[in-house]
Amino acid sequence: MRYLPLTPSDRAEMLAVIGAPDIDGLFVDVPQAARLAGPVDLQPHAGELEVERELAALAAMNRPAGAGPFFCGAGAYKHHVPATVDHIIQRSEFLTSYTPYQPEIAQGTLQVLFEFQTQVAALTGMDVANASMYDGSTACSEAVLMAKRVNRRGKAVLSGGLHPHYAATTQTIAHAEGMEIVRLPAAIDAEAAVIDAIDDQTACVVVQTPNIFGVVTDVSKIAEAAHAKGALLIVVTTEAVSFGLLRSPGEMGADIAVAEGQSIGNALNYGGPYVGLFACKEKLVRQMPGRLCGETVDADGRRGYVLTLSTREQHIRREKATSNICTNSGLCALAFTIHMTLMGGVGLQQLARINHAKARELKAAVEGAGIEVLTPRFFNEIAVRVKGSAARLVDDLLGQGIVAGVPYSRLDPHAGLDDVLLLAATETTTSEDIAALAAALKAA
Amino acid sequence: MTMQNVGRPTRPEGSTETAGFQSLTGGRGLLQDEPLIFELDGWTKTGVDLPEPEADASDLAGLTRAGLELPGLSEPETMRHYVRLSQKNHAIDLALYPLGSCTMKHNPRLNEKAARMAGFADLHPLAPVGATQGALELMDRLSHWLKTLTGMPAVALSPKAGAHGELCGLLCIKAAHEAAGQGHRRTVLVPTSAHGTNPATAAFVGYNVTEIAQTPDGRVDLADLEAKLGDHVAAIMVTNPNTCGLFERDILDISRLTHAAGAYFYCDGANFNAIVGRVRPGDLGVDAMHINLHKTFSTPHGGGGPGAGPVVLSQALAAFAPAPWVVSGPDGLHLVEEAVDEAASAFGRMSAFHGQMGMFVRAYAYMRSHGADGLRQVAEDAVLNANYIKASLSDVMTPAFPDGPCMHEALFDDSWLDGTGVTTLDFAKAMIDEGFHPMTMYFPLVVHGAMLIEPTETESKRELDRFCHALRSLAATAKLGDVERFKNAPHLAPLRRLDETLAARKPKLTWRPEFPANQ
Repeated sequence: MRYLPLTPSDRAEMLAVIGAPDIDGLFVDVPQAARLAGPVDLQPHAGELEVERELAALAAMNRPAGAGPFFCGAGAYKHHVPATVDHIIQRSEFLTSYTPYQPEIAQGTLQVLFEFQTQVAALTGMDVANASMYDGSTACSEAVLMAKRVNRRGKAVLSGGLHPHYAATTQTIAHAEGMEIVRLPAAIDAEAAVIDAIDDQTACVVVQTPNIFGVVTDVSKIAEAAHAKGALLIVVTTEAVSFGLLRSPGEMGADIAVAEGQSIGNALNYGGPYVGLFACKEKLVRQMPGRLCGETVDADGRRGYVLTLSTREQHIRREKATSNICTNSGLCALAFTIHMTLMGGVGLQQLARINHAKARELKAAVEGAGIEVLTPRFFNEIAVRVKGSAARLVDDLLGQGIVAGVPYSRLDPHAGLDDVLLLAATETTTSEDIAALAAALKAA
Repeated sequence: MTMQNVGRPTRPEGSTETAGFQSLTGGRGLLQDEPLIFELDGWTKTGVDLPEPEADASDLAGLTRAGLELPGLSEPETMRHYVRLSQKNHAIDLALYPLGSCTMKHNPRLNEKAARMAGFADLHPLAPVGATQGALELMDRLSHWLKTLTGMPAVALSPKAGAHGELCGLLCIKAAHEAAGQGHRRTVLVPTSAHGTNPATAAFVGYNVTEIAQTPDGRVDLADLEAKLGDHVAAIMVTNPNTCGLFERDILDISRLTHAAGAYFYCDGANFNAIVGRVRPGDLGVDAMHINLHKTFSTPHGGGGPGAGPVVLSQALAAFAPAPWVVSGPDGLHLVEEAVDEAASAFGRMSAFHGQMGMFVRAYAYMRSHGADGLRQVAEDAVLNANYIKASLSDVMTPAFPDGPCMHEALFDDSWLDGTGVTTLDFAKAMIDEGFHPMTMYFPLVVHGAMLIEPTETESKRELDRFCHALRSLAATAKLGDVERFKNAPHLAPLRRLDETLAARKPKLTWRPEFPANQ
């Protein structure tokens, strides 16, 4: 077996050193009734070629985003990632290292995390950021729980433009914590509707910009309304490239900004692994969940980095921890940092403008095909109204080689928006792709 | 597994003398002194070539940002920056990485190659199911392997890490109790030796935590368990093999007593790698168990994630599993994505999409490579390697539980260091100078100055001998009184001991131009 270095003679020698008669002698504590006599009923071991063939055959049964016209967004986006990124994250020292608990021999990972935190804080316009969360949806649910810790209130109001899966994830976790969740009905352009639901028991309001329908909102007024009643404003962003063009959550008064960072540096991966971005105002930092990297010095006074404020975390605080999370999304955060370093502010802003331009081109083309566009202000995503079921349309167009976006009903089947289709365009979308979609929509 | 700070100093002590030679410009031979990206003059640069877009953003008037102050570096500068940083990390590809409970085993590169196939990596989570049949088929096959290996009838794939899996399992248990009119059960029993995540997760879902005592031989105290079980108990959370590296001999009694009291048995599966292919948790009476794919099934730890924590479930809990899951229909595989209709008893949703697909591909590639026979050998070699280390060091260090074999990790206490002036932390830091990562220290909490060594099955006898030789040499030196070697260790790492107290007292979490470096 190619992953197991021990030979039969090694094993015999080692058993002799241990003083055990055979390998079963090391499993004597397992109750007799629970010992399996032989291998379970699964296939035997296979060579690298054989396994690669099986996986390649499975991969070939899927239709990758890059195989033709493709317009899915809704929380995950196809972007071009420079080859450098994947090369660096496969270096052994990054790929095969553990969480940096021994900082003397983990400065590589730690310095990356410090750079990551600084990049995320700048993108979101916040004071501080953590070392990443599992993904955007879990970051969102953790932000709601954090708000409860900050102001000791038990209610959260979610906008009707919040990604329905983020809302469902947050409801699941917050209910378990005993919080009341008020989820406003799905609404294309009504983030500010959360204002009317704020009362003196409201810990936070959660809004999204650009929201699930692609609508960009100035949330400043929502921030003022929330703060006037002692509630926190949590701003969610699922498309991190939008930070290159749009006013940041921090500029608009957010207390906590969370985002899905997949767009920068990370592949689609059928939904994971991704990287959750989590940033907040400095005064809230001790209520933050997740790992934090901080600067310090070593015994010789040389600058270095360590994981810090770990007294918030479960491995120290056990049942008194701020969260049960004990991992971040380290390698995805590294990919994010490298891609962000390649782009810089200059490159990300340009990339964002290209995305916006592609979406404008998409909007014009679908309008030209007689389709109603529902999104008044957008970044790289629009919602459109089609004739009949959007889900059926998507299935039909797949037969023509076009992945025509995400039917809203897939995310939220009972909203009565079965004719709403979500379309995204990025720098990877070509004018030919857009023309093909427009022609297919017109013919449908 | 995580690090314990309890009872260990968090700032360097004593002398700060450095060993001898210093370069003139701060470098250390091949180890470059590398600044932050914010200090490399990249404020007006970019390392990507993008076309200038034709359209403007005038339709977003008042909604656009004025600027974005972040540095960019050209490709060669970026490459150098991160390669230099990488050289400051220890890695499993460099040497044995004996972190107990963390399972730092070899990460096969076939897994990386497979996860990067366009059909998996370039697949959108909301692409129509007709475009994702291969992904659903892979999830289905992975599920079959996980269920067969654990002897459990159901699995929830979506949890994103071990602790997320614990949360998923407890939410299933909570939902099951509520559905049965047993919502008054609010207590979770957790052994004193448990991972910190167990009580944290129980508290997270609103349960009270009561500790169960441990016997002198490192197992759950059955009498104490029996005394604490009752109509108020929702579940027990037991790690098996436990965090002392021992199999819970009375596991069948533990599950019998738990079930008799109307509670569920949550098993922390962090140590499943010790028994995979030899024992099925389903045969032990387990109701829910998370599986860390990054431990047992070799997906890379990546410097702190991403993990993946599928949860296998007993028949009693299966109906409460969260969405989504894969179902087979006449026209292919489908996803159930909403907790409605036939899925109405599902407790909700753990995250936006379907879980860590990239990790599913890697784990499945690993399982297929090993097969049923190889996976059994994995457990056997992991246990053999740990017992070999225990046997090879028992005359110089003190095993916490000397009688009988250990499972996949060897646990020592610090009584053998009594009178030397050297602590567990000092000893562990001195291992760095010998080229090894420290073992897990001060965990489990029930053993004084604990040193928990997990070699895994992917170490050769030669590497184990090299490791034991290093530890024996260090132990001999400690006993001879060379305290300075330990107190000031590491001497040869990229940095020496860091001041964690300073970092926590005045947290500096981002680079800012107005902040000078710490002095």
